[in-house]
Amino acid sequence: MSEQYEQAEHAHHIVGPKVYVVILLALLVGTALTVWASFLELGIWNPIVALAIATGKAILVVLFFMQVKYSSKLTKLTVGAAIFMFLALVGMTLSDYMSRAWGRW
Amino acid sequence: MAETHEEHPSYQRHHFESVEQQKDAANFAMWLFLVTEVMFFGGLFTAYLIYRNWYYAAFVAASHQLNVFWGTLNTVVLILSSFTMAMGVWCSETRRRRGLVLCLSLTVALGMCFLGIKSIEYHEKWEKHHIPGDHYSLQSFLNPASDAEVYSEYHDKPLPLDMARHTEIYFSLYFVMTGMHALHMIIGIGILVFMIFRAQAGAYTSGHATYVENFGFYWHFVDLIWIYLFALLYLISRHQ
Repeated sequence: MSEQYEQAEHAHHIVGPKVYVVILLALLVGTALTVWASFLELGIWNPIVALAIATGKAILVVLFFMQVKYSSKLTKLTVGAAIFMFLALVGMTLSDYMSRAWGRW
Repeated sequence: MAETHEEHPSYQRHHFESVEQQKDAANFAMWLFLVTEVMFFGGLFTAYLIYRNWYYAAFVAASHQLNVFWGTLNTVVLILSSFTMAMGVWCSETRRRRGLVLCLSLTVALGMCFLGIKSIEYHEKWEKHHIPGDHYSLQSFLNPASDAEVYSEYHDKPLPLDMARHTEIYFSLYFVMTGMHALHMIIGIGILVFMIFRAQAGAYTSGHATYVENFGFYWHFVDLIWIYLFALLYLISRHQ
């Protein structure tokens, strides 16, 4: 490794293969878990469990594969804004439907 | 590539103060693009959520037509491709040219594998006339026992005609959502092929990994969308 690379490493965090392997395994376990859970009869909890596991996997992808954990505050704020805007828009859309004729179609 | 002219490396554009600032700017722009992607897919997810609540019985019966085995296999393939992409980013950052070319090539191969499996699933929908349009068939929903393979697993009761017709909405959303996802993958594979040629020439292994990193964000985002599509389309209605 050259001197230049050493310098660059100080300025910019490099995520190593070990982290990626651990995340890969966690995602595969999560996939197995969610498929297994779909075979159980959980009633209303089936979609909740599926979405919770999906969100857990998504968080791992965003934090480690997409390096948000190691990124600047600006990036973190941008990701936070995206999640907030998405939830706000979905929430407002649903509140409109729910307050009009929810369950009466 | 890395030789300097004046005081800065050749890959630093003149309107940036430093390489670090250039990297931050490109990174921020990439994330802004991904925010627009969140809004785009978010709209589709919201439509799915509302229609699923409206035509619940139709969505349950229609989702039973999806094969959990293919869906699971594709999820594993896509997660593996995200891993090889992440390793590609690491190779780029640590200046391993051969490793980078290998990782990008594996990512292309896994991406193609995903699309191949998706086409097997699409073909099955084609054969059963479950593609929305003039040739759409309600038979699997009006007379579930006629669809032996699915019936043996789910024992669905026949749907009344007006509800059965709403299964077409499920498949419209299914094809739009998985189709837009597949289109993102096709575009991604195109960029990957371009990157493999550039990487062979040493483009991303001389201290400037931003392009590979930002493409990696895009590829992982596509993986992330699939994680939710898999849960919502394949898994959540198996017991209803």
